[in-house]
Amino acid sequence: MSVSEEIPGAREARAICATRSNDPSMLLEILHDLQVRVGHIPGESVPILADCLNLSKAEVYGVVSFYHDFRTEPGAPITVRICQAEACRSMGAEALTERLLSRYGVSLSEISAAGVTFEPVYCLGNCALAPAAMVDGALIGRADGAAVDAAIAEAGR
Amino acid sequence: MSLVLFVPDDAAAVSVGADRVAAALAVAAEERGLDLRLVRNGSRGMLWLEPLVEWDGPDGRMAFGPVAPDEAGSLLDAISSGTGHPRALGPTEEIDYLKNQERLTFARVGVIDPLSVRDFEAHGGLEGLKTALTMTEEAICEAVLQSGLRGRGGAGFPAGIKWHTVREQAQAEKYICCNADEGDSGTFADRMLMEGDPFTLLEGMVIAGFATGARQGIVYIRSEYPHAISKMTRAIEALEEAGWLGGNIRGSGKDFRVSIRRGAGAYICGEESSMLNSIEGRRGTVRSKPPIPAIHGLFGKPTVVNNVLTLATVPVVLAKGAEFYKDFGMGRSRGTQAFQLAGNIRRGGLVEKAFGVTIRELIETFGGGTATGRPFRTAQLGGPLGAYVSEEMLDLPMDYEALAEHKAMLGHGGITVFDETVDMAEMARFAFEFCEEESCGKCTPCRIGAVRGRETVEKILRGENVARNIALIEDLCELMTDGSLCAMGGLTPMPVLSAILLFPEDFDRASALAAE
Ligand SMILES: Cc1cc2nc3c(=O)[nH]c(=O)nc-3n(C[C@H](O)[C@H](O)[C@H](O)COP(=O)(O)O)c2cc1C
Ligand code: SF4
Ligand code: FES
Repeated sequence: MSVSEEIPGAREARAICATRSNDPSMLLEILHDLQVRVGHIPGESVPILADCLNLSKAEVYGVVSFYHDFRTEPGAPITVRICQAEACRSMGAEALTERLLSRYGVSLSEISAAGVTFEPVYCLGNCALAPAAMVDGALIGRADGAAVDAAIAEAGR
Repeated sequence: MSLVLFVPDDAAAVSVGADRVAAALAVAAEERGLDLRLVRNGSRGMLWLEPLVEWDGPDGRMAFGPVAPDEAGSLLDAISSGTGHPRALGPTEEIDYLKNQERLTFARVGVIDPLSVRDFEAHGGLEGLKTALTMTEEAICEAVLQSGLRGRGGAGFPAGIKWHTVREQAQAEKYICCNADEGDSGTFADRMLMEGDPFTLLEGMVIAGFATGARQGIVYIRSEYPHAISKMTRAIEALEEAGWLGGNIRGSGKDFRVSIRRGAGAYICGEESSMLNSIEGRRGTVRSKPPIPAIHGLFGKPTVVNNVLTLATVPVVLAKGAEFYKDFGMGRSRGTQAFQLAGNIRRGGLVEKAFGVTIRELIETFGGGTATGRPFRTAQLGGPLGAYVSEEMLDLPMDYEALAEHKAMLGHGGITVFDETVDMAEMARFAFEFCEEESCGKCTPCRIGAVRGRETVEKILRGENVARNIALIEDLCELMTDGSLCAMGGLTPMPVLSAILLFPEDFDRASALAAE
């Protein structure tokens, strides 16, 4: 095993780039795949991605930092994305967010003792059944505390 | 004979339990020894009735909703024995909400199995494409132009003009890029179309390819839409297998391939040039115009950028003719629009109607007023960059020009309703916060203006120098409107100024404090 293979995410980064023919225009897809496999985009993987795709490190880093989806630190085991946009606000999204945060004892983007984090999101396309939230991939309409708890419990299984 | 039931797998339906209902129905059928065929359709768009179960019986489709998982057994019993059920709504298409619509783009959504090419064809799918195969490139572009179809993504630019421009470019390589970023709050029609009738979008893209000489299409779908991404992925495979997508389409000698790209949580990537950068794997910053994408677009090649609904409407235009389509609507707004009733509304969902329907008809007749039952206060039209309207404006028709005359915007057709508890100064603060959060950072009026705007509204919220700070915001809005490179910074003043103009009492914080 070469030294570079011990770098977090290195093997995965190379393999994913290869499945995308090392095509630099596929960078977003590659980052999505890497984040699914590794859980985040390790800073150490940036030079490797740059090397595979024939881009500069600054270009890769610029993309990682531009998009809300990509994180450079490990995330929580369970992520609750809670909609803060207008339609959900009209149905009490702010109050719901506050109640959830205080019950789980965290602020936005912090990880709770139970491994749950709440992230703001602007619209989940469920605006007729507001407020909306998404627990990992599962969308919740007419969200209330009980529905979010149930989805968290389901995701934790 | 098997019992046929439809249970949507549309993300909104699933968000209130459609998967659990489908599973419960399967178990209950097994227990009763019934031969159940369960079709996972798109949603009919009556979202307050989801999960809406339909039975395909001798008298056509019968609706039941909203159905809870523990009602699965009683529902099957009622159907088998021909007795009533508390959730029964009668024939689906006789429900006023649906009956009073004019569904052209959404004609098949909720009706068919979204992934069955045979179902699609049996309900009029592929007719537009078959017609296009008999036409010249120029004739297709001309039909789209004559239909009066304007871009449904917000700006309302005539689709036919854009297509003609791309067609006239000499380059061999061209692209069709479908904008499925749908980031506006209060909108979900693109998502519903992709989940409920994905072949129609693909058919529209193939036609766009034939009309312009492009052989490659890309659908850019926001990552917040995992259900739509998966549905579109499977739809592409199914249509390729059927020979209507890919190489040498149905022996025509023409190729058209479609691939999907995921967004990554950036609202600005809905702006077309930012989307093109994102598809190229770059930061989603806005490009200066000119050059326009039709001449210098994806990878520098001529590119059609159209919204999901623009492309998905093209098949019906070609199948039924430009004249047929043009007969709907008013003024320069031709055809139908998929209006989306969202927020604090009793009957939220999708209403496809000819342009010209009033805001009041949509909110009151279709929507049934607020969900909370409290008095209506305002509605925001056209997403986060659209204006708020007051009660007095509700009789305005939904028409691009009529709304623009009143400093409002139709946008992507979303209507977000608020009851009397809304604090409009807080909504103005939020408009700036959203712009601050989602600005691409390329130009100063937007990048700095949003931050200054939010800070200034916060001062007003605290009752500090209210009159002076309102004047400051008005100046700032003028600067953002005139000096921003794109509509993100350019239109953020819309919600802010409409809130100040129509609801000045909400900004009068000092006196509110004094009155306590
Ligand atoms: C900030 C911003 C966000 C936008 N978001 C979207 C979007 O989510 N979907 C969309 O189709 N158009 C969006 N647009 C409009 C596009 O720039 C472009 O006009 C549209 O995709 C063209 O397609 P159409 O002519 O079919 O509407 C946005 C524009 C701006 C300025
Ligand atoms: S207005 Fe805002 S989003 Fe648009 S280019 Fe300028 S900084 Fe970017
Ligand atoms: S605004 Fe919350 S889901 Fe659209």
